[in-house]
Amino acid sequence: MSKGNDSISKTLTVVISLCLVCAIIVAGSAVALRPQQEANKALDKQKNILLAAGLLPAEASPSDIQSRYKDLIEAKVVNLETGEYVEGIDADEFDQRAASKDPATSIDLTQDQDVASIKRRSNKAVVYLASNEAGEFTSYVLPVHGYGLWSTMYAFVALKPDANTIINLNYYEQGETPGLGAEIENPKWKSLWVGKKLFNDQGEMAIEIVKGEAPKGTEHKIDGLSGATLTSNGVQYTFDFWMGELGFGNYLKKQRQGA
Amino acid sequence: MAKNSEAQKVLFGPIFANNPIALQVLGVCSALAVTSKMETTVVMCIALTFVTAFSSLFISIIRNHIPSSVRIIVQMTIIASLVIVVDQLLKAYAYDIAKQLSVFVGLIITNCIVMGRAEAYAMKSPPFMSFLDGIGNGLGYSVVLITVGVIRELFGSGSLFGYEILPLVANGGWYQPMGLLLMPPSAFFIIGLFIWVLRTFRKEQIEK
Repeated sequence: MSKGNDSISKTLTVVISLCLVCAIIVAGSAVALRPQQEANKALDKQKNILLAAGLLPAEASPSDIQSRYKDLIEAKVVNLETGEYVEGIDADEFDQRAASKDPATSIDLTQDQDVASIKRRSNKAVVYLASNEAGEFTSYVLPVHGYGLWSTMYAFVALKPDANTIINLNYYEQGETPGLGAEIENPKWKSLWVGKKLFNDQGEMAIEIVKGEAPKGTEHKIDGLSGATLTSNGVQYTFDFWMGELGFGNYLKKQRQGA
Repeated sequence: MAKNSEAQKVLFGPIFANNPIALQVLGVCSALAVTSKMETTVVMCIALTFVTAFSSLFISIIRNHIPSSVRIIVQMTIIASLVIVVDQLLKAYAYDIAKQLSVFVGLIITNCIVMGRAEAYAMKSPPFMSFLDGIGNGLGYSVVLITVGVIRELFGSGSLFGYEILPLVANGGWYQPMGLLLMPPSAFFIIGLFIWVLRTFRKEQIEK
């Protein structure tokens, strides 16, 4: 290393030109690969919806996923306040996460309302109506999210046509502690949700995550995750919120009455 | 062929004789985190080897122009750019694995092996040799990671690359998996044992 390298002008020249080159490389790769990444994200979402609805065979190829999604799933936008479907919006284009950030399309939750710590809720949400190959309606798939210990956890809940019995709970995006809170993605724990009922006879949200093991044969109680009390609470609050009046409560009530 | 044998030394030396993890105990952090499954392990090894090799190459190319007052920052900039490119590529072409690796790809930036080789070797050596040195150290890292990964996945989940090798009790087989192996601390034990075995055969590595 010669001494000339340490002059101020040389230092600045090297640093600035290096930054420029690196910036171009990074920006170039980000822009060039974006379409592929977006496609992956969309595919991943479709996969998780199908998984929640129990309509995805093991080892499905990407094209399988796309065609099954197209054939079996119908996405609809719901106005959460009234519980009615909103016509005229392409549900596959509707971005709920973006909508819940925009003050024009979302509401600010007060501290009392915001049990799931999500701060804002979009006025509309997408529900996915799944049918089997024979064309019979088999399940509602509802997207829910709420804050756990470290992260916002996103899941799809699949319900039977009675809009009450859980077919599946599929957490697909979360950043909880691996081995503890992240066990919400564990198939064994997810399987505990199968067949549980969201609402009691009075129509109130009754899902309860209990510490330790839930008594056998109960319709509403689910084992908590050991070592992950705060994550379990987060899941509880997610259900409290999304199955309550501010979430899909009104929509599900309508569906139950209709059913 | 003096040059050839030196190149060989640079390329293969780090695998056992001068292994970055076993002898220098660098870059252990990511070795703990990503080795519970072979799939993620292998992808991580490829990513790290790629970053080490190319960061060494580029740093070596401009080594005579790097002002010594800002050399670490310059190295970091190059390494970080490469890591971002790798991360973007993974997200585009191996989305599921990228999701599992999540933050650990980004953490290659702070992996001591990459920084260590840049500072210790690439700053003083010609580009081609630096490139080989990067690949060599990447391979050294990979050998340890893959060893750890094989043990952890085989005995922790009874499978390799997701294919069932030892049928689990849960699936009607006979093998009761060792849950501890799926937890990060188990990698400490395995790396410790690896170093022990290595130093039994290569006594010159024992620190006095």
